[in-house]
Amino acid sequence: MSNAVLSKTKYGEIKPKSTSAWTTFYKQRSLYAMVLPGMLFFLLFRYLPLTGSIIAFQDYNLFKGIMNSDWVGFKWFEQFFTYPNMRRVFVNTLIISLYQLIFSFPAPILLALLLNEVRRARLKGTVQTIVYLPHFLSWTIVFGLTHMVLSLNSGLLNQLLQVLGFDAINFLMKAEAFRSIIILSGIWKEMGWIAIIFLAALVGISPTLYESAKIDGAGRWQQFVHITWQGIKPAIIIMLLLKLGVILDSGVDQIYVFLNPMTLSTGDVLDTYTYRTGVVEGHYSLTTAIGLFKSVIGFVLLALANRLSKAVAGEGLY
Amino acid sequence: MIKQTRSERWFDAMNVAVLLLLAAAILIPLIHVLAVSLSETTALNRSEVKLWPIGFNLDNYLLVLKNKRFVNAFLVTLLVVAAGTLLNMALTTMTAYPLSRTYFQARRWMTLLVIFTMIFQAPLIPMYLLVRSFGLLDTLGALIVPSAISVFNMILCMTFFRSLPEELLEAARIDGMSEFNILLRIVMPLSRPILYTLLLFYAVYHWNNYFSSLIFITDPAKRPLQLYIFMMLNRDEASTTMSNLTQIMNLDVSPKGLQMATVVLATAPIVMIYPFIQKHFIKGSLIGSLKE
Repeated sequence: MSNAVLSKTKYGEIKPKSTSAWTTFYKQRSLYAMVLPGMLFFLLFRYLPLTGSIIAFQDYNLFKGIMNSDWVGFKWFEQFFTYPNMRRVFVNTLIISLYQLIFSFPAPILLALLLNEVRRARLKGTVQTIVYLPHFLSWTIVFGLTHMVLSLNSGLLNQLLQVLGFDAINFLMKAEAFRSIIILSGIWKEMGWIAIIFLAALVGISPTLYESAKIDGAGRWQQFVHITWQGIKPAIIIMLLLKLGVILDSGVDQIYVFLNPMTLSTGDVLDTYTYRTGVVEGHYSLTTAIGLFKSVIGFVLLALANRLSKAVAGEGLY
Repeated sequence: MIKQTRSERWFDAMNVAVLLLLAAAILIPLIHVLAVSLSETTALNRSEVKLWPIGFNLDNYLLVLKNKRFVNAFLVTLLVVAAGTLLNMALTTMTAYPLSRTYFQARRWMTLLVIFTMIFQAPLIPMYLLVRSFGLLDTLGALIVPSAISVFNMILCMTFFRSLPEELLEAARIDGMSEFNILLRIVMPLSRPILYTLLLFYAVYHWNNYFSSLIFITDPAKRPLQLYIFMMLNRDEASTTMSNLTQIMNLDVSPKGLQMATVVLATAPIVMIYPFIQKHFIKGSLIGSLKE
């Protein structure tokens, strides 16, 4: 943006007249006033806690405060990498994140592609209405539903197993089943909602492309490979980059509801650990170090993946 | 129409079958919960209820609605949804409007400042300590203020505002209208689809959010609905409610039936308004994703 405006001189010719930043500021004061509360919000509730992350390098004490707490360098980060307990939490986080990348990420893409191939509009509309609905239910409600399907005595699935002659399984108390339950319930809840984004990309493909492909004798599979897939690819890359940026957030509000003492060994992740030892037990510095580590990893991954994607596919987030 | 090959017809049939199966997998648990909440205790104890209530009655619902703690949690949630969404909408539109105007001097750096918070997020504990130091701990403000603007929603809003013709706003400006009035009287009425979408996103966020209250709220009187349900499903909140009230009222209830009646009551408002707003949010999110 240039600060130059055009103004007519008294001879009627047009001449650029430069205005200082201050004049523009004064002219736009009402816009500044309007944006002020929002900017204050970002400074106070997004940037201030970011600077507060400095307690990751302190032995933070609630009564001494940030100013007077002792500095300990990288002590908490070292502890995080050496304590066996924490290694388990870190590994759980990595595995659940990896499963989410392998199973939860492609599910909505597949759904969008399947929906896109449905020719009957009524049927398509009905299925869409149903698959979007679970997004609007809270995780506590979804846990209640899961409980009704999987519980040992009366769960629908166990009733079915018993009818078929198998033993009932206490799914919700089994450490081996925890990650699968998290992934499946996550897909159940969010698949339809995320599919909207991919469907939007598919709607944006011009119908003339398909028509000319048909004239050239392309079958449905060839149309899919050369038109549909090319149309949805940019959206997939952007969503994948965004996912990588929060790779170590395995969804604390979901996992915390499902977690119980029996499943802690496979289900305790960085975020649930942070809540328990940070907020509940008051180990503020250690858990801040964990949070900071998570943010840095996400940021670095995002930056690297963005570069890679720009080089390979010519698309990036920024 | 071009004649379909055999494999194409086979694919279409399979595709429809897969989608219908998926729809069934979503609907079955919901119908089951509804059936359980409406069934009599003996049928529940024998696990006979599948997708249709046995011994239809509303006793579970009557008891839940008589429970003061449930009613209180419901009211707390209503308050948080109303106040929170109002603040969300005011701050989001007021921030999005200046940032959507290309001539706004501070547009570039302010937009960067906002986007950066999306990529690099502050950890949980400093946020907790901040809310604590503001004296918001154990107040409903802790559920409202720290989530006053969602960057994602603000970008959706900004994108929509950018598509409005600048000539129209310029004309109003020449007529002496203030920027604030332009936003209120011209921009917002023209932006109904996106504003409905944001209203829905924010309201659903507040309605469903339990994790903030888990962190910030300890006083049982300030517990919102989702936290109440979380406690109920985990501890035997339902059975204590029962022992207190069942004898007095002579109702046919069970812990499971009570829990599920609570779940249904907490879901009903959203499921009921959902069909009316569905077309808005699909339109709204299309606008957002078509931006670049």
